Amino acid sequence: MVRTRGSLSSDQLLRWLIQALTIVSPLIVLYFVLAVIKWVFNGDVTFDRQYIVQGIGQGSVYGALALALVLIYRSTDVINFAQGEMAMFCTFVSWALITQAHWDWYAALVGTLVFAAFFGAIIQRVVIAPIENAPLLTIVIVTLGLFQVVNSFAIFIWQAQPKSIFAPYAKVGTKAFTIFGASVGRTYVGALAITLIVMGLVFVFFNYTKLGLASRAAAQNPVASRLCGVSVGVMLTIGWALAAMVGATAGVVAAPIQGLDPAFMQGLLLYAFAAAVLGGLDSPVGAVLGGFLIGIIQNVVGGAALLKDIKDPVAFIVIIVVLFVRPTGLLGRKTVKKV
Amino acid sequence: MLRVTDIRTQYGPVVALDGVSVFVPDGQIITVLGANGAGKSTLLRSISGLIHPSSGMIEYDNRRIDQAKAEQIVKLGISQVPEGRQIFTQLNVLENLKLGAYTRRDRDGVRRDIDRVCQYFPVLGQRRSQVAGTLSGGEQQMLAIARALMARPKLLLLDEPSLGLAPLIVREIFQIIQAISREGKLTVMVVEQDAQAALSIADYAYVLETGHVALADEAARLQQNDDVRRSYLGY
Repeated sequence: MVRTRGSLSSDQLLRWLIQALTIVSPLIVLYFVLAVIKWVFNGDVTFDRQYIVQGIGQGSVYGALALALVLIYRSTDVINFAQGEMAMFCTFVSWALITQAHWDWYAALVGTLVFAAFFGAIIQRVVIAPIENAPLLTIVIVTLGLFQVVNSFAIFIWQAQPKSIFAPYAKVGTKAFTIFGASVGRTYVGALAITLIVMGLVFVFFNYTKLGLASRAAAQNPVASRLCGVSVGVMLTIGWALAAMVGATAGVVAAPIQGLDPAFMQGLLLYAFAAAVLGGLDSPVGAVLGGFLIGIIQNVVGGAALLKDIKDPVAFIVIIVVLFVRPTGLLGRKTVKKV
Repeated sequence: MLRVTDIRTQYGPVVALDGVSVFVPDGQIITVLGANGAGKSTLLRSISGLIHPSSGMIEYDNRRIDQAKAEQIVKLGISQVPEGRQIFTQLNVLENLKLGAYTRRDRDGVRRDIDRVCQYFPVLGQRRSQVAGTLSGGEQQMLAIARALMARPKLLLLDEPSLGLAPLIVREIFQIIQAISREGKLTVMVVEQDAQAALSIADYAYVLETGHVALADEAARLQQNDDVRRSYLGY
């Protein structure tokens, strides 16, 4: 059968259209859920632009942490339960650099990312690599143990009482930011900008560098990668380092929004899990999108006076409905387990 | 020149190869025949470093390689096309080829070699940006071979290239392998169940039977010997 270029590209167009619809489907579901609630309670529930934009800012934090989870999951099938605590630890390092070493905030961010890379790499080498061939459950339990260890060390070093970090993009007294007529707190805009830059760098690394290509290959087919000369162990270490960096970014930009303490990542981690599952556990782009969607849903629902106490249940209802239709998540495609 | 001397390879307690010796001189096509479970794939995996023999010796160009890692052995000039092709199904054709050249540093040379393998396998040239998982079985086998060639190997190990392919495509692939071998002085070691196809291009053949060498002779002589054909090769 001969296929012309024309029919190929119209196929492509249709595929993109379906993909775009898939991506916004949670918002459509949300619309109907809200409509039902509105009808049942006869209350006022409206989409407010301000909450959508604020939700994107909040969602960027979920998205970054979800991306960290996905980077590790898709190469090793392991959910790293310690991801949030590692991010928390890195955020404390940035706090220490700022308040004790008197570094500039941005310099501290860069320093923290460097620390995070080594932190992630060392944890992979010392803790994860030796149990690489252990049953999956063993590895998962080890990451849970890691959660506890990292958390305890943070409390031991920095104590449990909350600390505050002020980001330079949101100095006290500066005006809120206005986008599309909606005014949004500067902490959210800054969080969005910084996470987008870091995510962009991750994207460039994976899609436009030789090492990134090798990392993707190693995640897909370790044996074939070795036969091509790729050292799979090194790729896994790089993956953990990158994940730790992306997670640390989430922590550093979340701290100015909600304050820093050794437990501050635990709530975020739950949403990051939800974002990763919603987007598709093996899709980095899906994780980021999932984060944005959850941020939007949460803020839009939380913005309505009637619903602010049930914003989390509503967010999870939307996720469950979406997963009911697409069990692999919005952009996920892994349906068969690797053997 | 590859010399395998009296190796024993085990998967846990299961002995897959027991005292196998094979000699592969430069520039020749050697085939290893045998039934399922005879240890053919294990022999290739032992050479390429995916599994290490528990005793015996593997030497390549007078260098012991039996305990070297797979990713190091590629750099010595040995490339394996694994059983079941094992291409990167979610990456496109071009990315698969680039990964084949992962160990090389000469960018221009890599670009030239991409064009070269696309001449051997024109269909790959037409589908450079197509996701590899959507190729047909024969095209995937061609991609797997092309990917291995991208490393510029001196010795190419092929594990059942005929698996799951129509006879016509098998013949085409074997002819291309023969052409590449002659043209580039490439040494080829091909493991096959399809004895007829493999013997038609091979110089020398080994027949494996439950982990040891049952027979070794020139390919032409094996083809002519009716007894051997019936009892070992099954055609």
